[in-house]
Amino acid sequence: MTKQTVIDLAYLVAAACFILALKGLSSPKSARNGNRIGAFGAILAVVTVLFSGGLEHLPLILGAIVLGSAAAVPASRQVPMTAMPQLVALFNGVGGGAAAIVAYLEVPETGGGFPLIASLFTMIVGSISFSGSVVTFLKLQEVMTTRPVVLPGHAVLFGGSLVGALALAGVTFAQGGDNHASTLAAIAVVVLSLAAGALFVLPVGGADVPIVISLLNAFTGLTVAASGYVLDNVLLLIAGTLVGASGTILTRLMATAMGRPITATLFGAIRGGSSAGATSVGGDRPVRSASPDDVAILLNYATKVIVVPGYGLAVAQAQHTVRELADLLAARDVEVLYGIHPVAGRMPGHMNVLLAEANIPYEQLKEMDEVNPQFATTDVVLVIGANDVVNPAARQPGTPISGMPILDVDQAQNVIFLKRSMRPGFAGIDNELLYQPNTTLLFGDAKDSLTKVVASLKAL
Amino acid sequence: MSGNMGLLTVFVLAVFVGFEVVSKVSTTLHTPLMSGANAIHGVILVGAILVTGHAEGAVSITLGLIAIVLATVNMVGGFVVTDRMLEMFKGKKS
Repeated sequence: MTKQTVIDLAYLVAAACFILALKGLSSPKSARNGNRIGAFGAILAVVTVLFSGGLEHLPLILGAIVLGSAAAVPASRQVPMTAMPQLVALFNGVGGGAAAIVAYLEVPETGGGFPLIASLFTMIVGSISFSGSVVTFLKLQEVMTTRPVVLPGHAVLFGGSLVGALALAGVTFAQGGDNHASTLAAIAVVVLSLAAGALFVLPVGGADVPIVISLLNAFTGLTVAASGYVLDNVLLLIAGTLVGASGTILTRLMATAMGRPITATLFGAIRGGSSAGATSVGGDRPVRSASPDDVAILLNYATKVIVVPGYGLAVAQAQHTVRELADLLAARDVEVLYGIHPVAGRMPGHMNVLLAEANIPYEQLKEMDEVNPQFATTDVVLVIGANDVVNPAARQPGTPISGMPILDVDQAQNVIFLKRSMRPGFAGIDNELLYQPNTTLLFGDAKDSLTKVVASLKAL
Repeated sequence: MSGNMGLLTVFVLAVFVGFEVVSKVSTTLHTPLMSGANAIHGVILVGAILVTGHAEGAVSITLGLIAIVLATVNMVGGFVVTDRMLEMFKGKKS
């Protein structure tokens, strides 16, 4: 076997490892091993390229790898689970950034034609992914406001930067990529794409963030696939394509769960559509609030309880208290299930990770289609920090969330809302459910309220 | 097969494999899926190493090294975070 054959075989094994890693995720039981197989594939790929020969600056390269690992390992080990969405966004962004830099360096080497087009594509999309992810990170980390940010003339700025980037990419292409004019144009392409990425994400607010994260993930995947084409490297091509596919599927799932086309989510705020209909009619309408003791009694005499978690649960870090409450109820022969809406939280499957952190068995987590028929036979529904995903306004036309499939909690005997205040959900519309006669409100921080309920339940 | 045709074939087949495998991922694991897919695209590190290894001039080398650091953060961080997430998914028995 020639050395090249060995190298190609190693890349092939690594690609197979990546496929197995994704395949492992079909069940929580095989998932962890799958991820380790994927990590093995990644290490194999890196070792292979380091020994492939013909590389200069090896000490510097190794130093950079050590530096990157030294930064990544502590960060990913120590970050609290609640900060996962922003960490995932950040990792996605740096990957896109790396792809954009690789493409920029390749531009003079491609010799024009399709490889040059692919490099320019990667520069644009990778830069968008980088700046978009960084803005998403800043929003989730609450360094900046989580509300949609719309600059004056936002649509024009966004469109202009995108068109400008494409036009200058055309200039680079026409110049052939390997002269001074090309380089200047390429730098401008990167700058404009970075601006476009930031402008793209700025108007997206809290509830739509899961869609953006998975879309940017798909973007980065595509850039890696394109890099594989440019560098004639099959492993990059396969890995990037797999990620592109997974990001696309997730994005589509999220958009379906929001009940509106993806374009409406992404460009709604720019057009002034999505949250402009914010009305808080009925601010003085009577609601029924209760004490933690009342809630404990209600739960104690229930036979079936469904917990509906939302982003508020993550903010309050109340997942462990929920688990404590569920254990107490289970000890009293109360059946406890969790109804998980696909877009609850700030990333796809956010609630699942959060509840898993509290050691809640995943068998008790039910998807929307599975849990909806069960509400009619449920005694108490505990809505913790969720709002829009249970708002019956989604069933009527003419509201910002119209058409979004919701959890039918209003069919249950009793609904208990744990809320901080009467503030409407992210979509900014009043929730009819709050005024229903079978709805009880428990005001306060979710964790404090639950702790009190647990205490009174123990005393019963 | 010539180079381009071969790569195109791999790409099209990978699209099908990707959609096939990912559509079987359980909803419970959507966050680890995203973070695992994230880690996988960290393999751009291979590209970054190749480009840096052939780079000439201080600017190109520096940019290449930055790309290596970023890609390493993406790859290593991605796999570690995914592992941490999956560690928490325990069934009733364990």
